[in-house]
Amino acid sequence: MRDLSLHILDLAQNSVRANASVVALSLLLNEEGIMTLIIEDDGCGMDAELLSRVQSPFATTRTTRKVGLGIPMMMENCRLAGGDLHLESTVGKGTRLTATLDTKSIDCLPLGDLAGTVTTLVTANPDHPEFTLHCASPRGEMDFDTREIREALQGVPLNEPEIATWMMESLQEEIEPIFGGVIQ
Amino acid sequence: MKSLAELQAIREKTLGRINLRKEDESEVVRVVIGMATCGIAAGARPVMLAFMDEINKRGLNHVTVSQTGCIGMCRLEPMVDVIMPGQEKVTYVHMTPEKVARVVAEHIVNGRPVEEYTIGAAEDK
Repeated sequence: MRDLSLHILDLAQNSVRANASVVALSLLLNEEGIMTLIIEDDGCGMDAELLSRVQSPFATTRTTRKVGLGIPMMMENCRLAGGDLHLESTVGKGTRLTATLDTKSIDCLPLGDLAGTVTTLVTANPDHPEFTLHCASPRGEMDFDTREIREALQGVPLNEPEIATWMMESLQEEIEPIFGGVIQ
Repeated sequence: MKSLAELQAIREKTLGRINLRKEDESEVVRVVIGMATCGIAAGARPVMLAFMDEINKRGLNHVTVSQTGCIGMCRLEPMVDVIMPGQEKVTYVHMTPEKVARVVAEHIVNGRPVEEYTIGAAEDK
Protein backbone atom coordinates (compact mmCIF):
# COMPACT_ATOMS: atom_id res chain seq x y z
CA MET A 1 0.00 0.00 0.00
CA ARG A 2 1.41 3.35 -1.02
CA ASP A 3 -0.33 5.51 1.55
CA LEU A 4 -2.33 5.45 4.77
CA SER A 5 -5.63 6.08 3.04
CA LEU A 6 -5.32 2.86 1.05
CA HIS A 7 -4.77 0.97 4.31
CA ILE A 8 -7.85 2.67 5.76
CA LEU A 9 -9.92 1.60 2.74
CA ASP A 10 -8.68 -1.96 3.11
CA LEU A 11 -9.13 -2.18 6.90
CA ALA A 12 -12.58 -0.55 6.87
CA GLN A 13 -13.70 -3.25 4.42
CA ASN A 14 -13.03 -5.77 7.22
CA SER A 15 -15.60 -3.92 9.33
CA VAL A 16 -18.05 -4.01 6.43
CA ARG A 17 -17.57 -7.76 6.10
CA ALA A 18 -18.04 -8.12 9.86
CA ASN A 19 -21.58 -6.86 9.18
CA ALA A 20 -21.21 -3.66 11.19
CA SER A 21 -24.03 -1.14 11.20
CA VAL A 22 -21.70 1.79 11.91
CA VAL A 23 -18.03 2.07 10.99
CA ALA A 24 -16.36 5.00 12.70
CA LEU A 25 -13.07 6.28 11.34
CA SER A 26 -11.06 8.84 13.20
CA LEU A 27 -7.71 10.41 12.48
CA LEU A 28 -6.05 12.55 15.10
CA LEU A 29 -2.79 14.40 14.57
CA ASN A 30 -1.34 15.88 17.76
CA GLU A 31 1.13 18.71 18.39
CA GLU A 32 4.04 16.26 18.40
CA GLY A 33 3.19 14.98 14.93
CA ILE A 34 1.87 11.63 16.12
CA MET A 35 -1.00 10.39 13.95
CA THR A 36 -3.54 8.11 15.62
CA LEU A 37 -5.96 6.20 13.43
CA ILE A 38 -8.95 4.50 15.03
CA ILE A 39 -11.35 2.25 13.14
CA GLU A 40 -14.23 1.14 15.32
CA ASP A 41 -17.14 -1.04 14.32
CA ASP A 42 -20.11 -2.76 15.92
CA GLY A 43 -19.75 -5.85 13.77
CA CYS A 44 -19.52 -9.51 14.72
CA GLY A 45 -16.16 -9.19 16.50
CA MET A 46 -13.44 -11.82 16.79
CA ASP A 47 -12.56 -14.37 19.44
CA ALA A 48 -9.03 -14.46 20.91
CA GLU A 49 -7.89 -17.15 18.49
CA LEU A 50 -8.99 -15.30 15.34
CA LEU A 51 -7.73 -12.02 16.77
CA SER A 52 -4.20 -13.39 17.04
CA ARG A 53 -4.46 -15.10 13.67
CA VAL A 54 -5.35 -11.95 11.72
CA GLN A 55 -2.18 -10.30 13.00
CA SER A 56 0.07 -12.92 11.47
CA PRO A 57 0.81 -12.78 7.74
CA PHE A 58 1.61 -16.50 7.61
CA ALA A 59 -1.60 -17.99 8.91
CA THR A 60 -3.92 -17.01 6.10
CA THR A 61 -6.81 -19.38 5.54
CA ARG A 62 -7.82 -18.69 1.97
CA THR A 63 -10.90 -20.91 2.19
CA THR A 64 -12.74 -18.74 4.68
CA ARG A 65 -11.18 -15.54 3.28
CA LYS A 66 -11.51 -14.03 6.72
CA VAL A 67 -7.88 -13.18 7.17
CA GLY A 68 -5.23 -11.88 4.86
CA LEU A 69 -2.38 -9.47 4.56
CA GLY A 70 -4.23 -6.26 5.34
CA ILE A 71 -3.60 -6.04 9.07
CA PRO A 72 0.02 -7.36 9.09
CA MET A 73 0.98 -4.90 6.33
CA MET A 74 -0.47 -1.96 8.26
CA MET A 75 1.20 -3.15 11.46
CA GLU A 76 4.55 -3.28 9.69
CA ASN A 77 4.12 0.24 8.32
CA CYS A 78 3.17 1.58 11.75
CA ARG A 79 6.20 -0.02 13.39
CA LEU A 80 8.52 1.27 10.68
CA ALA A 81 7.25 4.76 11.49
CA GLY A 82 7.85 4.46 15.24
CA GLY A 83 4.26 3.51 16.05
CA ASP A 84 2.23 0.36 16.51
CA LEU A 85 -1.13 -1.28 15.85
CA HIS A 86 -3.53 -2.70 18.44
CA LEU A 87 -6.73 -4.65 18.02
CA GLU A 88 -9.43 -5.05 20.63
CA SER A 89 -12.43 -7.17 19.87
CA THR A 90 -15.43 -8.72 21.57
CA VAL A 91 -17.55 -11.35 19.87
CA GLY A 92 -20.98 -9.91 19.15
CA LYS A 93 -19.95 -6.38 20.17
CA GLY A 94 -17.42 -5.21 17.61
CA THR A 95 -13.80 -4.43 16.94
CA ARG A 96 -11.58 -1.44 17.53
CA LEU A 97 -8.31 -0.97 15.67
CA THR A 98 -5.89 1.65 16.90
CA ALA A 99 -2.82 2.50 14.82
CA THR A 100 -0.21 5.10 15.60
CA LEU A 101 2.50 6.56 13.38
CA ASP A 102 5.08 9.28 13.91
CA THR A 103 4.64 11.59 10.93
CA LYS A 104 8.12 12.99 11.59
CA SER A 105 9.64 9.61 10.74
CA ILE A 106 11.14 9.36 7.26
CA ASP A 107 9.45 5.96 6.90
CA CYS A 108 5.97 7.27 7.72
CA LEU A 109 3.54 6.75 4.86
CA PRO A 110 1.83 9.88 3.54
CA LEU A 111 -1.86 10.19 4.36
CA GLY A 112 -2.80 10.14 0.68
CA ASP A 113 -6.28 10.59 -0.71
CA LEU A 114 -8.48 10.24 2.37
CA ALA A 115 -11.43 11.91 0.61
CA GLY A 116 -11.11 9.29 -2.14
CA THR A 117 -11.04 6.48 0.42
CA VAL A 118 -14.21 7.64 2.18
CA THR A 119 -16.00 8.28 -1.12
CA THR A 120 -15.00 4.82 -2.35
CA LEU A 121 -16.19 3.17 0.87
CA VAL A 122 -19.59 4.87 0.67
CA THR A 123 -19.97 4.25 -3.06
CA ALA A 124 -19.05 0.60 -2.71
CA ASN A 125 -21.38 0.12 0.27
CA PRO A 126 -24.27 2.50 -0.39
CA ASP A 127 -26.95 0.89 1.79
CA HIS A 128 -25.06 -0.56 4.69
CA PRO A 129 -23.18 0.22 6.93
CA GLU A 130 -23.12 3.88 7.95
CA PHE A 131 -19.71 5.55 7.94
CA THR A 132 -18.48 8.38 10.12
CA LEU A 133 -15.21 10.27 9.79
CA HIS A 134 -13.65 12.49 12.39
CA CYS A 135 -10.43 14.36 11.61
CA ALA A 136 -8.62 16.61 14.03
CA SER A 137 -5.28 18.34 14.28
CA PRO A 138 -4.06 21.51 16.03
CA ARG A 139 -5.19 23.28 12.84
CA GLY A 140 -8.85 22.31 13.12
CA GLU A 141 -11.33 19.47 12.93
CA MET A 142 -14.15 18.11 10.80
CA ASP A 143 -16.93 15.52 11.02
CA PHE A 144 -18.66 13.51 8.35
CA ASP A 145 -21.61 11.16 8.81
CA THR A 146 -23.42 9.21 6.10
CA ARG A 147 -26.59 9.24 8.22
CA GLU A 148 -26.86 13.01 7.72
CA ILE A 149 -26.37 12.59 3.98
CA ARG A 150 -28.91 9.77 3.81
CA GLU A 151 -31.44 11.92 5.62
CA ALA A 152 -30.88 14.86 3.27
CA LEU A 153 -31.20 12.60 0.23
CA GLN A 154 -34.47 10.95 1.30
CA GLY A 155 -34.23 7.73 -0.61
CA VAL A 156 -31.78 8.66 -3.35
CA PRO A 157 -29.00 6.04 -3.18
CA LEU A 158 -25.62 7.21 -1.93
CA ASN A 159 -23.79 5.71 -4.90
CA GLU A 160 -25.24 8.05 -7.51
CA PRO A 161 -22.26 9.44 -9.46
CA GLU A 162 -23.25 13.05 -8.73
CA ILE A 163 -23.32 12.37 -5.02
CA ALA A 164 -19.92 10.68 -5.17
CA THR A 165 -18.52 13.77 -6.87
CA TRP A 166 -20.11 16.05 -4.28
CA MET A 167 -18.79 13.91 -1.43
CA MET A 168 -15.29 13.82 -2.89
CA GLU A 169 -15.15 17.59 -3.31
CA SER A 170 -16.59 18.53 0.05
CA LEU A 171 -14.35 16.02 1.88
CA GLN A 172 -11.25 17.29 0.10
CA GLU A 173 -12.15 20.85 0.99
CA GLU A 174 -12.53 19.98 4.67
CA ILE A 175 -9.61 17.58 5.10
CA GLU A 176 -6.96 19.62 3.32
CA PRO A 177 -6.70 22.45 5.89
CA ILE A 178 -6.55 19.98 8.80
CA PHE A 179 -3.80 17.69 7.55
CA GLY A 180 -2.24 19.79 4.76
CA GLY A 181 1.43 18.87 5.05
CA VAL A 182 1.07 15.15 5.79
CA ILE A 183 -1.16 14.39 2.79
CA GLN A 184 1.58 14.09 0.15
CA MET B 1 -20.22 18.74 7.29
CA LYS B 2 -20.69 21.44 4.70
CA SER B 3 -23.62 22.39 2.52
CA LEU B 4 -26.20 19.67 3.01
CA ALA B 5 -28.36 22.14 1.10
CA GLU B 6 -26.34 21.33 -2.01
CA LEU B 7 -27.44 17.74 -1.59
CA GLN B 8 -31.06 18.77 -1.83
CA ALA B 9 -30.40 20.19 -5.27
CA ILE B 10 -28.61 17.01 -6.37
CA ARG B 11 -31.47 14.98 -4.98
CA GLU B 12 -34.06 16.78 -7.09
CA LYS B 13 -31.90 16.37 -10.16
CA THR B 14 -31.31 12.63 -9.74
CA LEU B 15 -34.76 11.62 -8.55
CA GLY B 16 -36.41 11.50 -11.95
CA ARG B 17 -33.55 9.51 -13.44
CA ILE B 18 -33.67 6.91 -10.70
CA ASN B 19 -37.38 6.33 -11.21
CA LEU B 20 -36.70 5.92 -14.91
CA ARG B 21 -34.03 3.31 -14.15
CA LYS B 22 -36.35 1.38 -11.84
CA GLU B 23 -38.86 1.03 -14.62
CA ASP B 24 -36.24 -0.23 -17.01
CA GLU B 25 -34.12 -2.60 -14.94
CA SER B 26 -33.26 -4.72 -17.98
CA GLU B 27 -31.33 -1.84 -19.59
CA VAL B 28 -28.93 -1.32 -16.70
CA VAL B 29 -25.19 -1.63 -17.33
CA ARG B 30 -23.29 -3.00 -14.35
CA VAL B 31 -19.67 -2.15 -13.57
CA VAL B 32 -18.13 -4.36 -10.86
CA ILE B 33 -14.71 -3.52 -9.41
CA GLY B 34 -12.47 -5.87 -7.40
CA MET B 35 -11.88 -4.16 -4.05
CA ALA B 36 -10.10 -6.70 -1.84
CA THR B 37 -6.62 -6.03 -0.38
CA CYS B 38 -5.01 -7.04 -3.68
CA GLY B 39 -7.25 -4.79 -5.76
CA ILE B 40 -6.79 -1.80 -3.46
CA ALA B 41 -3.00 -2.22 -3.39
CA ALA B 42 -2.94 -2.43 -7.19
CA GLY B 43 -4.96 0.78 -7.61
CA ALA B 44 -8.68 -0.05 -7.53
CA ARG B 45 -9.61 3.16 -5.70
CA PRO B 46 -8.62 5.63 -8.45
CA VAL B 47 -10.24 3.27 -10.97
CA MET B 48 -13.56 3.32 -9.13
CA LEU B 49 -13.42 7.10 -8.70
CA ALA B 50 -12.60 7.49 -12.41
CA PHE B 51 -15.69 5.44 -13.32
CA MET B 52 -17.90 7.57 -11.06
CA ASP B 53 -16.41 10.74 -12.52
CA GLU B 54 -16.74 9.62 -16.14
CA ILE B 55 -20.33 8.41 -15.65
CA ASN B 56 -21.20 11.70 -13.97
CA LYS B 57 -19.57 13.79 -16.71
CA ARG B 58 -21.39 11.95 -19.46
CA GLY B 59 -24.66 11.87 -17.54
CA LEU B 60 -25.08 8.11 -18.03
CA ASN B 61 -28.08 7.27 -15.90
CA HIS B 62 -28.31 3.57 -16.73
CA VAL B 63 -24.93 2.55 -15.25
CA THR B 64 -24.37 1.26 -11.70
CA VAL B 65 -20.98 0.77 -10.08
CA SER B 66 -20.43 -1.82 -7.36
CA GLN B 67 -17.60 -3.80 -5.74
CA THR B 68 -16.59 -7.40 -5.34
CA GLY B 69 -13.91 -9.23 -3.36
CA CYS B 70 -10.83 -11.17 -4.43
CA ILE B 71 -11.50 -13.66 -7.19
CA GLY B 72 -8.05 -15.23 -6.97
CA MET B 73 -6.26 -13.54 -9.86
CA CYS B 74 -4.50 -10.89 -7.81
CA ARG B 75 -1.72 -10.45 -10.36
CA LEU B 76 -4.26 -9.06 -12.85
CA GLU B 77 -5.75 -6.46 -10.49
CA PRO B 78 -7.24 -3.92 -10.69
CA MET B 79 -9.94 -5.96 -12.44
CA VAL B 80 -13.29 -4.63 -13.63
CA ASP B 81 -16.29 -6.51 -15.00
CA VAL B 82 -18.59 -4.68 -17.38
CA ILE B 83 -21.95 -6.37 -17.81
CA MET B 84 -24.05 -4.97 -20.65
CA PRO B 85 -27.74 -5.96 -20.64
CA GLY B 86 -28.27 -9.29 -22.37
CA GLN B 87 -24.57 -9.87 -23.03
CA GLU B 88 -21.73 -11.93 -21.56
CA LYS B 89 -19.69 -10.04 -19.00
CA VAL B 90 -16.38 -8.60 -20.16
CA THR B 91 -13.48 -8.67 -17.70
CA TYR B 92 -10.86 -5.94 -17.94
CA VAL B 93 -7.49 -6.36 -16.22
CA HIS B 94 -4.67 -4.06 -15.05
CA MET B 95 -7.08 -1.14 -15.13
CA THR B 96 -6.01 2.48 -14.71
CA PRO B 97 -8.01 5.73 -14.60
CA GLU B 98 -6.72 6.44 -18.14
CA LYS B 99 -8.15 3.15 -19.44
CA VAL B 100 -11.49 3.89 -17.73
CA ALA B 101 -12.25 6.77 -20.10
CA ARG B 102 -11.86 4.48 -23.12
CA VAL B 103 -13.89 1.65 -21.61
CA VAL B 104 -16.74 4.06 -20.84
CA ALA B 105 -16.65 5.68 -24.29
CA GLU B 106 -16.16 2.60 -26.45
CA HIS B 107 -17.82 -0.18 -24.47
CA ILE B 108 -20.51 1.35 -22.27
CA VAL B 109 -21.56 4.11 -24.66
CA ASN B 110 -20.87 2.55 -28.05
CA GLY B 111 -21.17 -1.14 -27.20
CA ARG B 112 -17.76 -2.27 -28.46
CA PRO B 113 -15.54 -3.86 -25.77
CA VAL B 114 -11.93 -2.62 -25.70
CA GLU B 115 -10.38 -5.99 -26.63
CA GLU B 116 -6.78 -5.05 -25.82
CA TYR B 117 -7.61 -4.39 -22.14
CA THR B 118 -9.55 -7.62 -21.59
CA ILE B 119 -8.44 -10.68 -19.66
CA GLY B 120 -8.39 -12.61 -22.94
CA ALA B 121 -5.77 -10.28 -24.43
CA ALA B 122 -3.69 -10.35 -21.21
CA GLU B 123 -3.66 -14.15 -21.02
CA ASP B 124 -2.69 -14.60 -24.68
CA LYS B 125 0.57 -12.72 -24.24
